[in-house]
Amino acid sequence: MHIDNFASGDSLLHRLDPRVKIIAAMFFSVIVAVADRPLCLAAAICFSLALLLIARLSIREVLLRLLAVNAFIFFLWLFLPFTYGGEKLFSLGPLTATREGIIYVFQITVKSNAIVVALIALLGTTPIITLGHALGHLRVPSKLIHLLFFTVRYLQVLHLEYDRLRAAMRIRAFRPGTNLHTYRSLAYLIGMLLVKSFDRAERIRKAMLCRGFHGEFYLLSHFELERIDLVMFLIMMVVVGGMASLQWIILK
Amino acid sequence: MDNPEVIIDLKSVSFGYDGNQSQRPVLHALNFRVRRGDRVGLIGPNGSGKTTLFHLLMGLLQPTQGEIVVFGKKRQHEKDFREVREKIGLLFQDSDDQLFCPTVAEDVAFGPLNLGKSQEEALEITRQLLRSLALEEFENRLTYKLSGGEKRLISLATVLAMKPEVLVLDEPTTGLDEDTVERLIQILTSSNLTYVIASHNRDFLSKTTDIFYHLGGGKVERRPNISAIRQVC
Repeated sequence: MHIDNFASGDSLLHRLDPRVKIIAAMFFSVIVAVADRPLCLAAAICFSLALLLIARLSIREVLLRLLAVNAFIFFLWLFLPFTYGGEKLFSLGPLTATREGIIYVFQITVKSNAIVVALIALLGTTPIITLGHALGHLRVPSKLIHLLFFTVRYLQVLHLEYDRLRAAMRIRAFRPGTNLHTYRSLAYLIGMLLVKSFDRAERIRKAMLCRGFHGEFYLLSHFELERIDLVMFLIMMVVVGGMASLQWIILK
Repeated sequence: MDNPEVIIDLKSVSFGYDGNQSQRPVLHALNFRVRRGDRVGLIGPNGSGKTTLFHLLMGLLQPTQGEIVVFGKKRQHEKDFREVREKIGLLFQDSDDQLFCPTVAEDVAFGPLNLGKSQEEALEITRQLLRSLALEEFENRLTYKLSGGEKRLISLATVLAMKPEVLVLDEPTTGLDEDTVERLIQILTSSNLTYVIASHNRDFLSKTTDIFYHLGGGKVERRPNISAIRQVC
């Protein structure tokens, strides 16, 4: 399980009030997602890398995460340059790559990486449970937060259940191959997981009813905004605001 | 009458699951009574209906026939059982079903908050209870990172936090090591709660309970002592 991989640490970003981090991450992501000017995107990459340095995370771990993200983007590089209309750059047999297409994919690559790095540095450095509580204090509907909590809590349980089922298959010499037996067995495995999850959900509901649950959830963690939090918040807002002005205000 | 008050009274209760092909009900015209102060041990083979019996008692399942009287009142609808659930605490067989909050403190506080306590009161109850069970170090631990034994003890704490009058424990010793079982015995015997325990662990039952019932064939029967059940299952 890879939950909370980056959450342990003692950097400035680890100690920062999670509410500050959530708000900064939100503004940053939205602005980067809609920006297209090179200067703004360059600033975004610099800001992300700066955050990464402050968070002092294992570069290897971060690169592994980015590899996963860029595996998806790789497919965009295969298709977009040849399907996006614009000025012809080169031809590959019947396919024509356009200048605009390449610029577009390049932008997507830069944006995605900048956002993912910033999210790892800002949100990854917060334990997911703390993140949930912070969202609660930011007035996110409690149903959504409890969906998050239940997911985190029972992902672990389901994962263990899956491991047990897989182990049970393996000790009876199951080796996956390309045949009907494999497909059928894996379908049974998935079906069994679904049935078990359904049963478990029912038992959890019953256990909650036994403890007087009547639809109300309560938050117990509270946060205190300190001076360093305010300072960091202002700095990040100024940077993000600067990026926005690079995109929309400053003309050539 | 000299006898203490009857707090749980199941009268001729029957129950069968819909999907049961054999058509034979799990519980058949079962009578079961618990008086205040009773410490009841329930033994029965797998699938004999121990969990079903407990779920009927808590109103999680509805009997097909018969009457459930708890604290002197007939309980029929979901609303009737709310009071039952405040006064009877059920410890589930699988602690993963019971612990659903991210942290131990939140899980223990969940019950008291549902009973209308303020956050401060709920936290106070939580801290006090964890201290009295020597579990205070767990307060801020994440529930999904606890070991099996720790999960069981914390689950018990979540039930005790509601200050129930009766405890119902469904196979509390399954998968626990001797030390944890010992702790469980200690917690139970030092409390003055009324409780009903379903278990296959005879040693545990003989240390914690003094009234023994055998559940089988859809009925419960009282036995004079635990060894009288030994031959049956």
